[in-house]
Amino acid sequence: MGREELIYNSLVDIAGEDLVSNEPEDLYIYSRDGGTTKPRRVDYVVSPKTVEEVQKIVILANKENVPITPMGGGLTLNGLVIPVRGGIVIDMKRMDRIIEVNESSRYVIIEAGVSQGALMSYLKKNYPDLQHSMPEAPSIATVVGNLLIRGHGSLSQYGDNSNMLNGIEVVLPTGEICQVGSCSTSPHWFSKGPLPDLAGLFVGWFGTTGIVTKASLRLYPRPEKRDMVLFATQNPDLIPDVICKITQTRMADNIGMMEQEKPEYMKGYQFIGVIISGDSEEEINYKKKVLGKIPQACGDSENKVTLLEEIPPSSKERFLEEPPFAAVAADFRKGGGFQYCGIMMPIEKVPEAWRRGIEIAHKHGMLFQCANQVMSAGHEVMFGFNYSFNRADEKDVERAKKAMEDTNKLGLELGGIPWKADLQAQKQIVEKMDPNTFELMKKVKKLLDPNGIMNPGNWEG
Amino acid sequence: MALKDYKDIIHRCFRCGYCKFTSDYSYLGFNCPVYSKYRLESYSPGGMMWLIYASLVKGELKPSKHLSQILYSCTMCRNCSQECKFKFNEDIVNILKAAREEMVDKQLVPQIVGQFLTNVYDYGNPYRELKQNRDNWAENTEIKHYEKGDEFLYYVGCVGSYDTVSQKAARALGSVLLKSGLPFGFLGSREVCDGNEVDMLGEKGLFEFLKEENTQIFKELGVKKIVTLSPHSYNALKNNYSNEFEVFHYTQLLRDLVKSGKLDVSRGFKAKVTYHDPCFLGRYNNEYDAPREILTAIPGVELVEMERTKENSFCCGGGGGNFYTDILGSGKDSPSRIRVREAHDTGANILAVACPVCMMMLEDALKAEGLEDELAIKDISEVMNAALL
Ligand SMILES: Cc1cc2nc3c(=O)[nH]c(=O)nc-3n(C[C@H](O)[C@H](O)[C@H](O)COP(=O)(O)OP(=O)(O)OC[C@H]3O[C@@H](n4cnc5c(N)ncnc54)[C@H](O)[C@@H]3O)c2cc1C
Ligand code: SF4
Ligand code: SF4
Repeated sequence: MGREELIYNSLVDIAGEDLVSNEPEDLYIYSRDGGTTKPRRVDYVVSPKTVEEVQKIVILANKENVPITPMGGGLTLNGLVIPVRGGIVIDMKRMDRIIEVNESSRYVIIEAGVSQGALMSYLKKNYPDLQHSMPEAPSIATVVGNLLIRGHGSLSQYGDNSNMLNGIEVVLPTGEICQVGSCSTSPHWFSKGPLPDLAGLFVGWFGTTGIVTKASLRLYPRPEKRDMVLFATQNPDLIPDVICKITQTRMADNIGMMEQEKPEYMKGYQFIGVIISGDSEEEINYKKKVLGKIPQACGDSENKVTLLEEIPPSSKERFLEEPPFAAVAADFRKGGGFQYCGIMMPIEKVPEAWRRGIEIAHKHGMLFQCANQVMSAGHEVMFGFNYSFNRADEKDVERAKKAMEDTNKLGLELGGIPWKADLQAQKQIVEKMDPNTFELMKKVKKLLDPNGIMNPGNWEG
Repeated sequence: MALKDYKDIIHRCFRCGYCKFTSDYSYLGFNCPVYSKYRLESYSPGGMMWLIYASLVKGELKPSKHLSQILYSCTMCRNCSQECKFKFNEDIVNILKAAREEMVDKQLVPQIVGQFLTNVYDYGNPYRELKQNRDNWAENTEIKHYEKGDEFLYYVGCVGSYDTVSQKAARALGSVLLKSGLPFGFLGSREVCDGNEVDMLGEKGLFEFLKEENTQIFKELGVKKIVTLSPHSYNALKNNYSNEFEVFHYTQLLRDLVKSGKLDVSRGFKAKVTYHDPCFLGRYNNEYDAPREILTAIPGVELVEMERTKENSFCCGGGGGNFYTDILGSGKDSPSRIRVREAHDTGANILAVACPVCMMMLEDALKAEGLEDELAIKDISEVMNAALL
């Protein structure tokens, strides 16, 4: 039996025939995503159900020296689940059990394949007083995939979603199953514990240090009502001050910002949407009243921030739907292609990012479109430069790709850091990084993954 | 429309996956029965769109048997078209159908699909049953053949005519119609396949042929109104035949007969019932109320809903010819078994259906799950028949 056949048969023994493939059609789909990344080779795909199956796959991969790439929803759009050196894609979405909800300590333990949509509907139905921080990504995105890339969601007042991680179960690259967080020492998955923060060995590593199979995620109270306040300005310089004043009120569940050049009436306006919540109309109205005063304290008669009293229903839906239909951008050029460059940056860099983002989009013959999110109390902003393209038009794809590269460069120049960085951006980051930091990363990786089987090619500089 | 007519649309699919879910993202499971079973992205609606684009439009992949296997595992349940959030959502199932037409042209259909189509061509039904046996289900009943002047043609369809489980429903509906006093009759050996599945399987030519044959008989007999047992027949006759016939699914007719007092259900039927919406009645034809109105009109029936219901109903896995081709296969993750477990979870003792395909699929699943002592599958016509005075 040849090596390829042996690997295939072993995967079938582990997961079952229907859930393993090396057929060109199945591999075709796993070799590309909805962004501009060029397709890369995949040799096998497997969809395990249990941690034991994952463990066996990892042991097999070590024995046969074949790379593994873990995949959740595959929705980062930056090629992160497309193997760089071929091998096995592990599609985690069949590990989809919601194991436990602890109502008093407010956490949920889930398997790695649980989708954002499934967790949301489960909580709405069974624990209507609780919610998790839901990203705007399409609901098939996995909760764990999102946690592992420091994603962010509808409750970004509490920080990014990785801040909400209490603990994980992980299959190490060498095959051991390991618990991280309070669950390593206690039957309860209530926090990371007063322990060394080992979760950091797996968050932000793009699946290069292990396969997370379970996670405990913090839940938060869900108030009865949600509403929003919308501001607009034509001067981005005012934005840091506006955000500072909004966060000072401690009333925002979430703050999003956006601008788009189409339709025409939106051109030149930056919109700031503040999501608020409360248990009564009174509470909501009070928050609206307080937030509604912010424009008076910002800018001057020339450079104004305006409170939009009448919010068009489509805008309300854009901000308040759970989750909002952000993927609409994929059809802006009637071409099913969309990628965005999310740069994490300090708030004071937003105005310059805004101006230069417009220049980059125009340079590449595109319309400027951005969707940004404020984290915690204004501690960080994810500035999302959006690029829609027509995937049937090679030139259009290339344009978007070039715009992404320029934007990543801009982000780093401004002192920001590209988020969910693709290979090119990882390289750009590493070039700017303190060499000792990169050395440390390499040592950690070598220690955890001596055979280099976990998603090799990522974070290699 | 042919696949080439969709060439500017297919690549617009973003593979974002809304189409895998119910409208409320039910945690119970994905609502595309194919993806629910196979769980590889290639078996999701978006995966199929990308494969169709790659192989049948762009030529990046050679159309193959495996592609055909993937495309023919789809039950055409229409959940994807309903849940895709983009403007082109209506086209998704049409694209799937058009891609199958290409597979037919390229002679790449799975062997079992080919067998289905050949049987329908040769025998007028997928089972290779003799035409004259199409009468057998009505033996020893008073249900008679359609005669000129009858108000309704009772169109039974292949599954109700030949499948032994579904024949019970065919007889029960016949019996209810007799009790209503409506002048009606069936075609028996003169009836040929309605072609709904043939159309869904991409054999356009054969569908046109069947449509013509049936239409000719209807016209010859002066048929004006048709009541169908199967939502599949209802869909074909109502939406894809000429509009000179008034077509009803039987639940619509019975609902009206109960309302007008022509059917008296006061004998009642004591049971806790959950109802499974068939795709070709629900998602295709937006009829969610008639079956429920019948059930709730029957004294003693307590109607409980499954988690995934109405627009969000989970397909039994039998559509698009799968009841015969069985490409989705059995096993504990098969759609019919998932659905039976979901029905069982409601605590109902009757799982009511309004489709002979659902009936046979769910009946098999019930046995496989070993739940026969706790749950029974009954067609609404059977429930109704038992409740009539
Ligand atoms: C329209 C749109 C809107 C979006 N909006 C948001 C938003 O509001 N907030 C936000 O945070 N993101 C957003 N995203 C980005 C992205 O889709 C999400 O962050 C998503 O949650 C990522 O999860 P995933 O399951 O798709 O991860 P994947 O893309 O599948 O994986 C992400 C990374 O984690 C690794 N990985 C996945 N699972 C495991 C595992 N079990 N063990 C180890 N490694 C693993 C992968 O190898 C990869 O490197 C958006 C995307 C789109 C398309
Ligand atoms: S069919 Fe629609 S919902 Fe499904 S993946 Fe394609 S674009 Fe997304
Ligand atoms: S029609 Fe139904 S089975 Fe077919 S791809 Fe769409 S959702 Fe899946």
